[in-house]
Amino acid sequence: MGSEDPLKVLREKRREWERTTLKDSLKALPERSTAFTTTSFIPIERLYTPLEGPTFDPSKDLGMPGEYPFARGIHPTMYRGRLWTMRMFAGYGSAEDTNRRFKYLIAHGETGLSVAFDMPTLYGYDTDGPEAEGEFGTCGVAVSSLRDMDLLFSGIDVGAISTSMTINSPAAVIWAMYLVMAERRGIPWTKLRGTIQNDILKEYQAQKEWIFPPEPSMRLVVDTFEYGARKVPQWNTISISGYHIREAGATAGQELAFTLRNGIEYVQWGIERGLDVDEFAPRLSFFFNSHNDLFEEVAKYRAARRIWAREMRERFGAKNPRSWWLRFHTQTAGVSLTKQQPLNNIVRTTVQGLAAVLGGTQSLHTNSYDEAYQVPHEDAARIALRTQQILAHESGIANTIDPLGGSYFVEWLTDYMEDEAYRYFDRIDALGGVIPAIRKGFFQQEIANSAYRYQKEVEGRERIIVGVNDFVDPEEDTKVHPLRVTKASYNRQLARLRTIRGKRDKKKWERSLAALRKAAEGSENTMPSIVDAVRAEATLGEICDTLRDVFGTWEEPLLY
Amino acid sequence: MPKTIRVLVAKPGLDGHDRGAKVIARALRDAGMEVIYTGLRQSPDDIVAAAIEEDVDAIGLSCLSGAHMTLFPRVVRLLRKKGASDIVVAGGGIIPPEDVPKLKKAGLRGVFGPGTSLAEIVGFFEKAAGRSR
Repeated sequence: MGSEDPLKVLREKRREWERTTLKDSLKALPERSTAFTTTSFIPIERLYTPLEGPTFDPSKDLGMPGEYPFARGIHPTMYRGRLWTMRMFAGYGSAEDTNRRFKYLIAHGETGLSVAFDMPTLYGYDTDGPEAEGEFGTCGVAVSSLRDMDLLFSGIDVGAISTSMTINSPAAVIWAMYLVMAERRGIPWTKLRGTIQNDILKEYQAQKEWIFPPEPSMRLVVDTFEYGARKVPQWNTISISGYHIREAGATAGQELAFTLRNGIEYVQWGIERGLDVDEFAPRLSFFFNSHNDLFEEVAKYRAARRIWAREMRERFGAKNPRSWWLRFHTQTAGVSLTKQQPLNNIVRTTVQGLAAVLGGTQSLHTNSYDEAYQVPHEDAARIALRTQQILAHESGIANTIDPLGGSYFVEWLTDYMEDEAYRYFDRIDALGGVIPAIRKGFFQQEIANSAYRYQKEVEGRERIIVGVNDFVDPEEDTKVHPLRVTKASYNRQLARLRTIRGKRDKKKWERSLAALRKAAEGSENTMPSIVDAVRAEATLGEICDTLRDVFGTWEEPLLY
Repeated sequence: MPKTIRVLVAKPGLDGHDRGAKVIARALRDAGMEVIYTGLRQSPDDIVAAAIEEDVDAIGLSCLSGAHMTLFPRVVRLLRKKGASDIVVAGGGIIPPEDVPKLKKAGLRGVFGPGTSLAEIVGFFEKAAGRSR
């Protein structure tokens, strides 16, 4: 029996390999580059062995699936028990247009709904507001009223399917519309399952669809936490999102760090409100990007689970294991899609979807190949959904839990990501926390710097993008199936708003908005009065104007 | 010494996607131009007023929300109305190919889609803005 330290033996063996086999090989065939890096600029070594991962202790750092620190996944059986939810982000034109798309996607096997709203809706304007001109339904569906919300889900059993809504500044209002829509259908709120994105911090940092200044915005967010915990217990009242941070140019490490630090900020605000952490933390959910660099993405998700579990248990003293779970949705990287040779995007999306599943995502949206042209045509959306179905049913990746766990490289990269996140936490804390850092433009500048660095590398052909800066097809003449929002949809929407404004009970409507104003001026939870205003058929724009009046609006620091 | 080219990089309408606009602003600056970035949510009126006030040679518009057919031509029309049609206007974003000739006809001198190199855009502004003076 040998008693020698196996790491010592390995170190010797590795040195020997470097002196002989490797040296000879490099002489005969030098490597393609002197430096290999991930999509996020992380330098990558030739080989990873246990020597590179001294902190990698399988029982402590990885744990078992469904157990702290959840590096291997939040569920004990992961996809052997249930596949991820196939949730395609969809929305364009009017509620009727998008309702047809939802039904199409459900008919083709999607298992959850996800609503994309148009720009006016995201900013809390009605379709007929002056700010909305030219923007109706172009990059999402217009929902200005309770009636729109009802039409959007016409013929769909909202008591049975879960619905995710990408809405932030006006999230409380859109959620209230969903709740009142269900109420009118006789579906109890306790049965409703879904998510509102409601992550305002990353709006200031990256997605930029803000209305109010940070403090009243955070108040609205915590209002929904409190209301949801008490009235809509199966609803995720926030989806803390790295997706848009990444799309705006951040690296994977910045996406991870900023998102989780934002998460910590929300928990702090909830606790400061007087909520018990275990009352609302189980309903916090996350949303990440999946870019092309497969291992980097997998490492990011694994690190995210571990950091969140630790912070929730150690920093906030959460007792409920569900408060420790980092549950997340993934969307493949829109920014990676090319206009050139667009069918290649199907392949990119496949790799990105693969990373999300290998990383243990709870739900997934796969982008359509035509998205560098337009909001997806249904044929392109169907192929994107089929991509997930092929991953789920043909590739074999869902057969075992965390199949990359234990890979020397992936474990090293997971540790690296985690360290990077904590380094950013320290920098953000030194700036006084998330909101002061937003006011100083810290996140915005970090993201802009990474975006520019990436673009310069593409420009210098240090990064090859197939069809864009290499393998270019000069004869290319690609056409995608066009998708256009019709004038008829727009006119119908305008007419609907006119009818609602003409027919509703004026007194009740006025009273509801006055009560909302009073609630907003005070310190009580605004959700009950927002719900009442929706019941009185106040429109999104009217409710948001009332809040704009009380809270004011936000101007961002200008930088590039 | 030739006068430094001044460019206004602007985000018209409600679109919040500012990655491209910021990257372009920086690339133009690194190429020696003076760049004024308007920030988000500017109306065509705001943009034209800023362009005249800042005495720019060119405007680069960025829109990824699909509202470009309403917003981009309006900027050109307003410039004409204000007697500032010497200011070159270009635009970029998620713009379906069939819109490109329509935008050019409306007076945009350049329309750039995803994947356009920075060198091409810098070259465009150097040439177009240089010629306009």
